[in-house]
Amino acid sequence: MSENQRKIVIPGEVIVSGEDYLPGEGTEKRGENIVAIRYGLAEEQNKLIKVIPLSGVYEPRRGNVVIGRVENLTFNGWIIDIGSAVNGFLPILEVPKYINKNDLAEIMDIGDMVIAKVWSVKRKGIDLSLKSRGLGKVEEGIIIKINSKRVPRVIGKEGSMVSMIKEKTNCNITVGQNGLIWIKGDRIEDELLAKKAILFVAEKSYVNGLTDKVKEWFEEISLEDGKTVKKGGKK
Amino acid sequence: MVKEFKRPDGRKVDEIREMKAKVGVVPNADGSAMFQFGETIAIAAVYGPKEMHPQHEQDPEKGVLRCTYNMMSFSVADRIRPGPSRRSQEISKITEWALSPVVMLENFPNTVVDVHIYILQANASTRCAGINAAAMALAHAGVPMKDLVTSVSIGKLNKTLVVDLNKDEEDWEEGEGATDIPITMTSTGEKITHIQLDGKISVKQLKESIELARKASKKIYEVQKSALKNSMEEEQ
Repeated sequence: MSENQRKIVIPGEVIVSGEDYLPGEGTEKRGENIVAIRYGLAEEQNKLIKVIPLSGVYEPRRGNVVIGRVENLTFNGWIIDIGSAVNGFLPILEVPKYINKNDLAEIMDIGDMVIAKVWSVKRKGIDLSLKSRGLGKVEEGIIIKINSKRVPRVIGKEGSMVSMIKEKTNCNITVGQNGLIWIKGDRIEDELLAKKAILFVAEKSYVNGLTDKVKEWFEEISLEDGKTVKKGGKK
Repeated sequence: MVKEFKRPDGRKVDEIREMKAKVGVVPNADGSAMFQFGETIAIAAVYGPKEMHPQHEQDPEKGVLRCTYNMMSFSVADRIRPGPSRRSQEISKITEWALSPVVMLENFPNTVVDVHIYILQANASTRCAGINAAAMALAHAGVPMKDLVTSVSIGKLNKTLVVDLNKDEEDWEEGEGATDIPITMTSTGEKITHIQLDGKISVKQLKESIELARKASKKIYEVQKSALKNSMEEEQ
């Protein structure tokens, strides 16, 4: 397998054999062979073989920004469903303001959506924090869900995709690594357009040169909008 | 008297019914698959890893695999009562044991991976079709696995060994009658994860039937493999 070439592998399949390769994430070494243990795309970088999974539940990493739903309240924090195997925990101390322990529900109640950062991932659970910019309870806007494995494409290279969508729709967009996306614009039409654009990206996530495709898509949409406006005007 | 053995549906002794496989059949599940042996159709849906409820069944060492096998009430000619029965509970457990040696849930303590298997249409070998579908669905759900498993039933009709029984053959009454041996093995045929035996058979013939299963499992593996690979290629 040559550098940067990707191939689809299934569990138990031998990706490469030979002593020069190192097994990375999603792979295992069995004798001379490097074997995939997950279904996804195999990739090689500097003799390190890894498998990028394209399906399955969200796996939290430290530092990820996620959007979750408050599942329950405890005496010292909130339990938050972030779509991973285990729920996240947000302690009172990780909220950057003073909170009376008896008033937890006033800050965030069951069913509220919250943007948080993954603070630590341990065997016993996931700890979340609000101590950073742009985090906190979601008060307005809309939230949509896509597969967490497609989030990298929605963000694009160095955020190129998401910043283009922001620019074209005049919306504020926060992409949670767990696949939930918060959209907030001034007008509901803008928010719906942004939603459409993101779903388009998620669906076409394996197309090459996606950023240009989305640009074209936006132009088409604006043309169509122009037509409808004209029609409306004639009436 | 050397006479070629004739199977009721005219297949060769080592011929499997036409197989079909597809992944991603249940959009709401984390992973799903359909597997078909002729008129036997199974679908499997995988949910998880997710938190285990009831809590006392959690394992702090590793994740738990939980399988549920059920036949749809319309899957056979006489309507069967839906819901768990003695038979479906047994097959659920058997499926769990057949799959658990290959799934690696060490990194998901206190969680459960739920596998739901439904038989849409039954013409014998339903547990084998179910296990094949479940293995593909687990891979599709991104669950770490050592290998895929393939399952096939070997039968002894009077004295002849045949691959992939159908209902007519399962109810064979001539001579010694029918013996049904479902076997599940890893894709290379190296390890057997499940074997059952219903009937009588000699040690020699049992060994032969394992060899037959090994050959058949290679063909099944190819079907599973291409289904998984094609589904991803289509998206690209």
